[in-house]
Amino acid sequence: MSHVIPSGPLVLAADPLLNQGLGPGIVGIVLLKVVVAFVLLLVSVMLMIWFERKLVADMHNRIGPSVAGPFGILQTLADGIKLFFKEDLVPDRADRIVFKLAPYLSLIPAFLVFAIVPIGGDFSGDGTVTLFGERTYLQVADPPVGVLFFLALSSIAVYGVMLAGWSSGSKYPLLGSVRASAQMISYEAALGLAIASVFLTSGSLSTHDIVAGQVAGHWNVLATGVVPFLVFLVAGTAELNRPPFDLVEAEQELVGGFHTEYSSLRFALFFLAEFMNVITMSAIAVTLFLGGPAGPILTDTLGWVWPILWFGLKVFAFLFGFVWLRATLPRFRYDQLMDLGWKVLIPVSLGWFLLIATLNVARDRGWPILVVVLGGVAVMVVAAAMLSGAVDKARADRLAGAEDEGVDA
Amino acid sequence: MGYFRGFAVTFRKMFEQRVTTPYPKQKRDKPTRFHGRHVLNRYEDGMEKCIGCELCAGVCPAQCIYVRGADNPEDAPVSPGERYGFVYEINYLRCIHCDLCVEACPTEAITETNLFEFSFTTRADAVYTRDELLVDAETGQPNHLPWEDWRPGDDEHTSGWMRATASSGDSTYQGRVAWSGELGYGVRAAEPVEPTESAEPPVDGGGS
Repeated sequence: MSHVIPSGPLVLAADPLLNQGLGPGIVGIVLLKVVVAFVLLLVSVMLMIWFERKLVADMHNRIGPSVAGPFGILQTLADGIKLFFKEDLVPDRADRIVFKLAPYLSLIPAFLVFAIVPIGGDFSGDGTVTLFGERTYLQVADPPVGVLFFLALSSIAVYGVMLAGWSSGSKYPLLGSVRASAQMISYEAALGLAIASVFLTSGSLSTHDIVAGQVAGHWNVLATGVVPFLVFLVAGTAELNRPPFDLVEAEQELVGGFHTEYSSLRFALFFLAEFMNVITMSAIAVTLFLGGPAGPILTDTLGWVWPILWFGLKVFAFLFGFVWLRATLPRFRYDQLMDLGWKVLIPVSLGWFLLIATLNVARDRGWPILVVVLGGVAVMVVAAAMLSGAVDKARADRLAGAEDEGVDA
Repeated sequence: MGYFRGFAVTFRKMFEQRVTTPYPKQKRDKPTRFHGRHVLNRYEDGMEKCIGCELCAGVCPAQCIYVRGADNPEDAPVSPGERYGFVYEINYLRCIHCDLCVEACPTEAITETNLFEFSFTTRADAVYTRDELLVDAETGQPNHLPWEDWRPGDDEHTSGWMRATASSGDSTYQGRVAWSGELGYGVRAAEPVEPTESAEPPVDGGGS
């Protein structure tokens, strides 16, 4: 531990904490941040599950969990303890190794994503806080690839769901996992394109830089023109398999979907990963579009509390929204889901991405902005008309073909 | 904007009065005619009303009643007739509390109390025997078994609401609630039935 790593572009982070070399104190702070992020995520999952059940109950005019602890706040803990003591079942026809691996493939990415989210720090300065005399970011890691890390991990999480269904050796989980992989892959394209618009505006992949670029109210939600944000919301909800896109575990059709055959702790891991993903997706949305911890710092003492508070409030608004969606909207049909993903979200986000790119180029080259905007919009309208024409033509052909074969269309 | 009206509905619901009762902490009043655990009644002199005719067992859709009749011992009769219920068992693992046995009983021997909070843990406890079902020979009140959770007042008048018209079919009692004599309560006076919405006389169960 005595050798000193020279400052410079470290793979892990541009965090000022790591620029002076690694001493035991620095490692201690990093470990502390890891532990805090881990515990924070676990506790917030626990509260999230309770909050969701309570809020959905409120919206259903019910009471919800009320027995374990004050207002039933310990309900999740009770459920966890119960699941822990349940029999751990591996079906006879399951592929044992993959079956046991799958929950971790879901869980670990869910944990890791949270590492790149800056949850605090005063970004009107350089976004650092001082911990034990060392200046550091309030995020576990700030890799230069930043948000790509998030996209990569959420792709890995698809494997968890897919392999769980595949290895169960049972019908419903297989159907659930086929749906899941199709849904998550198609919506990841729209999600990625929406995020790409943010890259274009921010000019960086690092979450810290993206947040730093949004100080003083220049939030990306407006800077990118709202559309990527809306696409991100819809695609993110689908990516999370939350209602109204919860076809993966549609209880009425597929029993429990991909985790039908799971029980005990393995089921708990899936459940944990699912709710953890809700929280991390909200945190990512806040980071990318809503300025992360940005917000007015109202007091001089304890000034570092305010950014964390603003960040928590923004995430909470998203969580409320997810629960609200669940309480209100019925589930999409499978073909509607695919139509929305491929025929609406991907074209819209791709078009918007191209428009923002064009505007950036126009600004650099000094082209007249108005002309570029009008031209861009005209091109997009033509493209949309062509696309919808193609879709209509394909449908008409399909219906005609079906009639020829005497099948009811 | 019609798409978003649903969101307004769910949002408004959050602030409405709840209709759910947190059950074990707070218990709602039960309807007067709630179908609960059965009792076997006695006449005022302590004689059992059951005559062992097995009509209840015959009508039971869940086949949870087992009755065997026997001739009354001449020196110590159990019921005022020729025969009495020698064995009487109700299996509460099967009973659906439909009340058809009560309807079928010619002597109003079997009625249902309002008690529903009796969760037993063994099969033997689940099958109620004649001794457990019979009302107390002194007070005319139902037995309180260890696993039963009687609320105050639940064990009063456990057969009181039974007949809306005279059991004997006497036309002078049409439209009046009349009771047969009962241990601990005697013969209660007939009461006029609340006027029903239709002008037709209540056929059965018109009391409130």
